Amino acid sequence: MTGRRSILQVLLAGLLLPLKAIAASWNTPAFEARTIDGAKQVLNMRAEENTAQIEIVAPDFAENGAVVQVEVMSRIAGTEAMAIFAEKNPVPLVANFTFSHGAQPYVITRIKMAESQSLQVVVKVGERYYQASRYVTVSEGGCG
Amino acid sequence: MAAGIKMRVRLQSGVAEVRVLISHPMETGRREDESGKMVPAHFIQLLTATLNQVPVLEAQWGTGVARDPYLIFFVAGARLGDSIAIEWHDNKGESGRQSIQVA
Repeated sequence: MTGRRSILQVLLAGLLLPLKAIAASWNTPAFEARTIDGAKQVLNMRAEENTAQIEIVAPDFAENGAVVQVEVMSRIAGTEAMAIFAEKNPVPLVANFTFSHGAQPYVITRIKMAESQSLQVVVKVGERYYQASRYVTVSEGGCG
Repeated sequence: MAAGIKMRVRLQSGVAEVRVLISHPMETGRREDESGKMVPAHFIQLLTATLNQVPVLEAQWGTGVARDPYLIFFVAGARLGDSIAIEWHDNKGESGRQSIQVA
């Protein structure tokens, strides 16, 4: 009986592998983290150095927190990835972008902001991390 | 859902500026509808972009990306006639793809 069960388990494991590989590409624990520090820990970000080489363009006052346009650009050579955090959102990690083959570390997107807070951007360059932040005042939160 | 992707590309001194607008509810799972029932989470988790089938961008998204996601990204080394494609996958297993030629 145990022999048959183990064969079944091996077969099942084989079937589940490709599914697991796809699911692995979305970093579930990073998006399940309820604090910015928790999310950073999952993403292995440490010793982030503050820099003026990351530009964050966002409104000083956002009337509607459901749609806040942000523009993020890294001028640091060798930037591989860029994460956007909203520290007071229920899920602080908003987006994490990875660039390769000519894609520039520059994105414009629209995010939700639960309340007035700092946006933080962390950039990955090899094994080093750099960060910048920008405060946005939100009149009406938009994280429902 | 898969049909709801608008893409535009503009080539400027070798850099393609790609604008993407996707129709998607991006529900957080924390919102109640009119009858007070929780609306289940429904959001895009992964968006990938390729230039002539070569991966250039991978975006992992949470529920903090606004409804009907809007994204502009930039790819150096693009030429006229190149193909730029994007594909998204959400937490319910739905997906969408769209491609455009650099013109």
